Amino acid sequence: MSFEQTGITFLWVFLYVYIIAASIDFGAGFFSYYTKRYQSDHTIHKIIQRYLSPVWEITNVFLVFFIVGLVSFFPEAAFYYGTALLVPGSIAIILLAIRGSYYAFAAYGGRESKFYTFLYGATGLLIPASLSTVLTIALGGFITVEGELVVLNYVKLFTSPLAWSIVLLAIFSVLFISGSFLAYYAVRAEDSDSASILRRYALRSALPTIAMGVIVFLLLRDHNPEHYSKLVDIWWVFALSVLLFIAALALMMTGRNDGTAFLLISLQFATAFFGYGAAHLPYLLYPYLSIYDGFTNETMAFALISVFAAGLAMLIPSLYLVLKLFLFDADYIRALKNR
Amino acid sequence: MVEYDPVLYSRLLTGLTLGFHVIFATLGVGIPLMIALAHWLGIRRNDDHYILMARRWAKGFIVIVAVGVVTGTAIALQLSLLWPNFMRVAGHTIGLPMFMEVFAFFFEAIFLGLYLYTWDRFKSRYTHFLLLIPVVIGSTASAFFISTVNAFMNAPYGFSMVEGVLTDVNPLAAMFNPATATKISHVIISSYLTSAFVLAAIAAFHLLKGRTSVYHKKALHLTMTAGVIFAIGTILIGDFSGKYLHYYQPEKLAAAEWHFETESEAPLIVGGILNSDGEVKYAIEIPYALSILAGGTIDTEVKGLNEFPTENLPPLWIHYLFDGMVFIGMFLAAVSLLYLLAQRMKWTAFKKPLLMAILAGGPLALLAVESGWIFSEVGRQPWIIYGVMTTEEAATVSQHVDLMLVLFLILYIVLGFTCIRVLRGMFQHDDIEQILKQRK
Repeated sequence: MSFEQTGITFLWVFLYVYIIAASIDFGAGFFSYYTKRYQSDHTIHKIIQRYLSPVWEITNVFLVFFIVGLVSFFPEAAFYYGTALLVPGSIAIILLAIRGSYYAFAAYGGRESKFYTFLYGATGLLIPASLSTVLTIALGGFITVEGELVVLNYVKLFTSPLAWSIVLLAIFSVLFISGSFLAYYAVRAEDSDSASILRRYALRSALPTIAMGVIVFLLLRDHNPEHYSKLVDIWWVFALSVLLFIAALALMMTGRNDGTAFLLISLQFATAFFGYGAAHLPYLLYPYLSIYDGFTNETMAFALISVFAAGLAMLIPSLYLVLKLFLFDADYIRALKNR
Repeated sequence: MVEYDPVLYSRLLTGLTLGFHVIFATLGVGIPLMIALAHWLGIRRNDDHYILMARRWAKGFIVIVAVGVVTGTAIALQLSLLWPNFMRVAGHTIGLPMFMEVFAFFFEAIFLGLYLYTWDRFKSRYTHFLLLIPVVIGSTASAFFISTVNAFMNAPYGFSMVEGVLTDVNPLAAMFNPATATKISHVIISSYLTSAFVLAAIAAFHLLKGRTSVYHKKALHLTMTAGVIFAIGTILIGDFSGKYLHYYQPEKLAAAEWHFETESEAPLIVGGILNSDGEVKYAIEIPYALSILAGGTIDTEVKGLNEFPTENLPPLWIHYLFDGMVFIGMFLAAVSLLYLLAQRMKWTAFKKPLLMAILAGGPLALLAVESGWIFSEVGRQPWIIYGVMTTEEAATVSQHVDLMLVLFLILYIVLGFTCIRVLRGMFQHDDIEQILKQRK
């Protein structure tokens, strides 16, 4: 594998981890708000808080990681995306800032107000919507480049069925991933009431998720034929993704094995996500920027990849510790539930 | 009507974000060390006061970290959004430490979560204490890595520019450039100093309010003892920073000091105003001091502003920032020394004027951090990368930067106010002795 491919693969892995972890986080915010508002069900709210408190900063770092990594590995990307995305990027930052800090104010400051919960729930859906737009833009057709001027065509973006389909796909995926994970988490906490409610939420967003996936796939044929034909070339990856989805759905309906169901869903998204990414290559921004003309120099690439390997060697054990102490420590989850 | 100028607005917006972020970042670097000191003392002396101190500091710290994280995310993205041309060059040359900074922060975030949620979960108290060590290392390492990026902007090394094309990149040489040593040590130790003083100010506040718990006295004693060491360190390293400027960025030193003619035995100008003829009025002159600051001896020749083309000079108002930073640094050193002296000589160390000086020290220390950073950034103008790329060349050409400036201004005002309210709400009704009784 060339340096370029190694670099983009690392980054794509980080983005995948972010998407799963952040989906759980975003969806949790929404469920937390929704149940508090319409079901006055505080058990779900509590379970969600338990899970989120120790991990939200870690989730956020994955995003920063992806961005800093992208800029370091592909400095040209900073130029193109930086210039074009000033407004949507700034709005995403503001939403992330509101979400992160108000979560902390509510969770650590002990100020549980309806307004904070609302902010937390609303941003949970708005952030994935705004971030997913970057993937749409990367497909090409929304940006024009004239010399140093990189301009994003907002009218075209906001009237594009493809862009809106991707937004919907992102929102449904968030609810689907989050619901299935939290159902599993609730089972671990021996709270079967919450588990069944969360499972129901997940199941409700399952079909819309897969439907939007198919619609996006079809819309791509007209929008970017080159990408589409590459997607078709590796059709079996997406077929596998659908099979995983069906298996996960079947498991969830039985109401048992939520852990396995969540695992299958993660794999479903992994196959789709990596398949999509592979077909997108070599472009970072179609058709202006490919991984080959935007890559950093070889010395830097080597240094970055070495640091990456060393960093991972340090991080994986630490992440393992987090998972062991919080996510998979049944005593912890239960004890906190009863407190 | 002011004409739309993306360069100006980009500078203002970056300055705004950094100015807001740096408060939280500075405390984020220093407070973990203070928590570790308190926690360690608590375990060693089996003293519940210190353990409670560590707990309370950690509780407040997490709110600071949260705001630091979100504003840090903002600046990470804004670097690309507002300075796309800078990131193009920086990505090739100084991307490595930026990347490492995220790793360091990652490490810190993981262990901070572990530390906060595992009080009383381990059999040995030392096991829990150990979880704090990576937080201290991670936060200081973050400061280390990100300051090397700033050092690089002042002293770009580790690459050559041949006809506008970057070649011979050496990431380690870029990271460990001549500015690195003084820059990082100054940033790190002044963060420790600021954090110690902010925590001391809180203790002084409680004592001034007439709360007599020995907890506050212990907190004051711990923070002031640490403060003395950090203050002296800050002054020493500040002196080295002056020498660095003398050798590598003489125009920045000359602008900071309003030093016009190249000469030896140069005096240090403190305060004053600059009239329209370029004469310094009402200033205090300390003979030879500038030569000593620059080279360590009174006969060191210090380059004057007149030697440089005017378009390559920073604005001269940075003189006040420099003076402000130095004055506050001296003030903090004097206050903490006086406190320790009073303590040692069995004067009543908790007398009102001294406590008020310590209380003032907290906000002043933050002010010094702001002055120092603005001095460092504005003092490098017109360059974003010294001698390589001007700020103007680096900025975005996008529309709407002005609108973004307004949005972010509102965001930071709201965040700032809520943060203060939340922190006050967390601690204002606490009765220390009551808490200690309950915990037993």
